[in-house]
Amino acid sequence: MRAFNFVWPSAYHDSVTLMRLTRDLESVPGVARAAAMMGTPQNRVLMQDAGLLTAAGEAAGPPDLVIAVVAADEASARQAEGAARAALTGRATTGGGYGATPRPRTLASALRAVPDANVALISIPGLYAAAEARRALRAGLHVMLFSDNVPIDQEIELKRFARERGLMLMGPDCGTAVVNGVPLGFANAVPRGRIGIAAASGTGAQEVMSVIARCGEGVSHVIGVGGRDLSDAVGGLAMEQALEALAADPGTSVVCVIGKPPGATVARRLESQIERVGKPCAMHFVGSGTASLEDCARDAVALARGEKHHPVAFTVPDAELARVASEARRGRRPEQRFVRGVYSGGTLAWEARSILDATLGDVAPGVTGTGSGHRVVDLGEDIFTVGRPHPMIDGAVRREWIAREAADPATAVLLLDVVLGYGAHADPAGELLLAIEAARDQAGQRGAALAVVASVTGTDADPQNRSAQVSRLRGAGVAVMPSNAQAARLAARIAAR
Amino acid sequence: MLADVLLGAPLNVITAGPDLFRAAVAAQGVAVTPVDWQPPASATGLASLWCDAVDAANRIALERLLAAQPVLVDVRPAIEVVPGMTQDTILHAGPPITWERMSGPLRGAIAGALVYEDLAATREEAEQRAARGAADFDPCHHHAAVGPMAGVTTASMPVFVVENRAAGNRAYATLNEGLGKVLRYGAYAPEVIDRLRWFRDVLGPALGEAVRRLGGIDLRALIGQAVQMGDECHNRNRAASALLIKALAPEIAALDLAARERARILTFTGGNEHFFLNVSMAACKAALDAAHGVPDSTLVTTMARNGTDFGIRVSGLPDQWFSGPAEIPQGLFFPGYGPADANPDIGDSAITETAGLGGFAMGGAPAIVQFVGGTAAEALRYTRLMYEITLAENPAYRIPALDFRGTPTGIDVRLVAQTGILPQINTGMAHREAGIGQIGAGLVRPPRVCFDRALEALAREHRH
Repeated sequence: MRAFNFVWPSAYHDSVTLMRLTRDLESVPGVARAAAMMGTPQNRVLMQDAGLLTAAGEAAGPPDLVIAVVAADEASARQAEGAARAALTGRATTGGGYGATPRPRTLASALRAVPDANVALISIPGLYAAAEARRALRAGLHVMLFSDNVPIDQEIELKRFARERGLMLMGPDCGTAVVNGVPLGFANAVPRGRIGIAAASGTGAQEVMSVIARCGEGVSHVIGVGGRDLSDAVGGLAMEQALEALAADPGTSVVCVIGKPPGATVARRLESQIERVGKPCAMHFVGSGTASLEDCARDAVALARGEKHHPVAFTVPDAELARVASEARRGRRPEQRFVRGVYSGGTLAWEARSILDATLGDVAPGVTGTGSGHRVVDLGEDIFTVGRPHPMIDGAVRREWIAREAADPATAVLLLDVVLGYGAHADPAGELLLAIEAARDQAGQRGAALAVVASVTGTDADPQNRSAQVSRLRGAGVAVMPSNAQAARLAARIAAR
Repeated sequence: MLADVLLGAPLNVITAGPDLFRAAVAAQGVAVTPVDWQPPASATGLASLWCDAVDAANRIALERLLAAQPVLVDVRPAIEVVPGMTQDTILHAGPPITWERMSGPLRGAIAGALVYEDLAATREEAEQRAARGAADFDPCHHHAAVGPMAGVTTASMPVFVVENRAAGNRAYATLNEGLGKVLRYGAYAPEVIDRLRWFRDVLGPALGEAVRRLGGIDLRALIGQAVQMGDECHNRNRAASALLIKALAPEIAALDLAARERARILTFTGGNEHFFLNVSMAACKAALDAAHGVPDSTLVTTMARNGTDFGIRVSGLPDQWFSGPAEIPQGLFFPGYGPADANPDIGDSAITETAGLGGFAMGGAPAIVQFVGGTAAEALRYTRLMYEITLAENPAYRIPALDFRGTPTGIDVRLVAQTGILPQINTGMAHREAGIGQIGAGLVRPPRVCFDRALEALAREHRH
């Protein structure tokens, strides 16, 4: 045992703080006695008398802090000094002290309060979102970029930046992710399970995870890679990362890939990437072929169970379908010929359009709601959301659009999506019913009858409770189908001559 | 591996945006911290400055600022020690300014200084001399010096010499004259001049001798202690002044000087609650000068006012001032005075805020908020808000009421632009007319335009 002194020049600390520290120093293994004192002459005498002072401490002055220990060896003494440093120069808790701590105003400030943060969920206006996402990535956080209206060149730059750092940038333009059971953005309450979803589509992912849950399976993670990720411009940067992550994730046994049709180059790359995953994979690109999101989900469920999936157009019995269709046609006037899809979910809108297109002629291209025949509008598109909340959060835009379609004498069927889950409106059905009733009144006044077909994306565990939402809609005479694809098929059947 | 870090770890989420997504995360029992994000008021060039190069530059500048070890080593006539000082030089507070644009108190102080230096017999003569360009005006800040209020410093005035033992640079500031009729507030009455001459002939040499005999006084430790005793070392210096006099008194008592003079020195310094202010300023200046001139750094190294303009300087653009019109402080007035009498903000003393003291340390000096009719909680709120625009917490200066958290230190121009939060400054208020002096004290902020201009210039420079 001998004395060791460490002198920190001009490092004032209150004597009470130092007395408290002494106690901590003495609990360091190998340390018999300790003192931490400012180097005033009186203190040096005290330490001298206690056998704690060495030549180094003797030379200290009043502004200097002396950390003196009697320890078994130098290693123990250094450990005690390290403990003192941690205690004295460690960051005080940001929440400490009297009075309220204001909310952090910047990401950097939040990180001071929670240095262990690992994910940033950014949903600020698109103009500023990329800069904030970049800051988060630079701080070593994974990012879920919920925001729309992020310029594509910024998206590419951010995704490259993220990859270089071994980080994941989810989004933009795809507001859905569930990581470790935690919803980031729009997401449904689904059980944890073995199916991992990599989605370049927000509502597509919601539809798939909801169907999976209703089939009795669960999801490991949902990684939303961004609505434009599969375009050749972005090059599937995030999808590649998502597939690698799901391939390595021990909790994932089946992988499900969804999105809009990829660019030619990305499509080629995807093939080999999916091969490398080494796990059964269900895949669907909305707008290609006649398969649906529902099929993809059921396929994934079958793969997880080691079964084979056989696509079906309807899961509702034929007799029931026939009854619903004839009910929907009742009171229809000859000029009412067209299906009008008014959507809040982009991928769901594209799916509906593509299903209508497969059976009906004269379906307007795109989902902008233009054209005089069958048409579908996606009100979640960037052009409709600049400066306004997404229609899944606030239905005002959709109510206006429903009124507009109802005013058109050629409208026969209103086709709607109702998306539930975290982040969505607390009662989307209730919000829609006001508009639906007004639309029917309007049609009734000119002697017409409007059919309304909808599907509800979500689960009973969602905050809105799917069964309750379905009942409300059915109670108001809306034909509610089990999936968006089935709703679109029913609408097409009703409109067909 | 991405799968491990993202999919394998428990989430700890920071959110920026509508509360509903925070709520959804929180509902899962997951740690979530919301950022109160607001769009930046002015963002020209801001995005390009959030990069590794600027961060690295700021780390260097910040390290130099925090490592500073200011020691009071001497008191000497300005002409002997202040770099670039001449018999005709008149240093003043704030950014550069011409005689024509100077405010009343600054003109008054200059007139007083010319009379003091026997370069003019009367105020009128002094003003004529100044107006015809016979005096060389220059900011204190261009000479490693700082001066409170008017900040007027001339050749024969004794100055504190503060050495930054970490970087080796020195900084200078005149001796504090106390309250009442004083040159720094633009007063030039005979009693003001007489006091300055006593400083020159007796007080300065005596303090110099005492400080030298002591082998210097460690200011970092002294300020650290004063902050824990309720000072913020700008507008409240009671503890620090007492600590300084306590250190000096034995040496002053031992000086080879008439007992009457030694008593006068102790009476004057002991009776001046602001005696430490100028020392504090020089200590802050010594620390910030060490951090000045790091290319690409967006760290603010100077905030200073000349009574007309408020100017800031940033580390990465060492030769430029970014100025805007100085504002009128908000606060309390001495009896008989009101806002209409107040001169716009003046003085180099905002160097304390720039170094993480003053308004930034107000949470540790609750007595000071009474000046602005505030509460102790408000003082804490001001300090907490300043953490949002600073890059570090100063481990040497800790605030007991914040669980000994270090004071917010190192203003980042980017954070000011991003948050729209302006630095909070505690200040004295001068009468707008020369010769009257201090009329109150209060709070003031720099004009936003200083930071906007600095940001644009930094972004321009960064692109090249």
